[in-house]
Amino acid sequence: MRNNKEVGMTLIVKTVTRLSVGLVLLYGIYIVLHGHISPGGGFAGGVIIALSFIHLMLAFGRETALKKLSQTAASVLESLGALMFLAIALLGFLGGYLFFNFFLHKGKPFDLFSAGIIPLCNIAISLEVGAGLFAIFAAVVLFSRDSGIPPDDK
Amino acid sequence: MELQLLLLFMIFAAVVAVEVEDLLSSVIAVGAVGLGLSLAFLILKAPDLAITQLVVEILCLIILIRATIKKDIPLIRDGRWFFNTISTLSFIALFLLFAYFALKELPQFGQPIMRVAKEYIEKGLEKTGATNIVAAIILDFRGYDTLGEATILFTAVMGVLAVIRKVGRINEK
Repeated sequence: MRNNKEVGMTLIVKTVTRLSVGLVLLYGIYIVLHGHISPGGGFAGGVIIALSFIHLMLAFGRETALKKLSQTAASVLESLGALMFLAIALLGFLGGYLFFNFFLHKGKPFDLFSAGIIPLCNIAISLEVGAGLFAIFAAVVLFSRDSGIPPDDK
Repeated sequence: MELQLLLLFMIFAAVVAVEVEDLLSSVIAVGAVGLGLSLAFLILKAPDLAITQLVVEILCLIILIRATIKKDIPLIRDGRWFFNTISTLSFIALFLLFAYFALKELPQFGQPIMRVAKEYIEKGLEKTGATNIVAAIILDFRGYDTLGEATILFTAVMGVLAVIRKVGRINEK
């Protein structure tokens, strides 16, 4: 069933993945950027972005996915997202309290660039959630390889 | 009506998840419960929660299958079924008794007391400019709570990465 010389799954899975993984990533970015207009938001979009990288790792093996986004890079991105969220919260002290919406001109409703800090918060949360969950998955995969348990279909 | 059917399906799937012998089937039954919960959120008109529940459920399913597919834990079945059944039933009775007194005081289902939420709904768009009121509440009015949740997630990820790290681990051969 499985060819041991080749990493990853079969040719069918690889072809479908090559076609669909970009769309999944794009959909995640769409969900994040439209979080203040339509249902969705940073958390859901971040998980979809993480799922696109996990999709890549399941189909092509861990080396291909970790070449796109290494575990260190994922850790850095996650910390960056958390720091960005905290910075937005602290910048609210310009107006007197945490999470003050410091864009005084809120823009038209239903515009992509509207609602002040909310899209920025969504982007920060999506960075944190997406990179964090991918880092956990990569850590689990790498851990099971190193600890002597025979690696299964990765 | 759909909601009740869905809840019955979820209860059935949860019982299957507990009772089935094979660990992989159990994980898949847990996934069925999660997808049912996602549909229930959709019926209760909470699309934000439904999307989040759906994608988190898929991720959890992948991680759980990844974790369980090789190692099948044997179930422990001891002979103390009489004592176990009696204690379970008595705790269920105790829970139902306290729940009866506690739930009598709650407002009716679907008619919440809207003291704070009314202001959010009425002034949400003009104060924040976000048309998705869920985003307006969790990222502006209640942003402090979201900051706490983000910190929890950050700490959890740091903990996992620290426990199962590659660097600096002593190799036991």
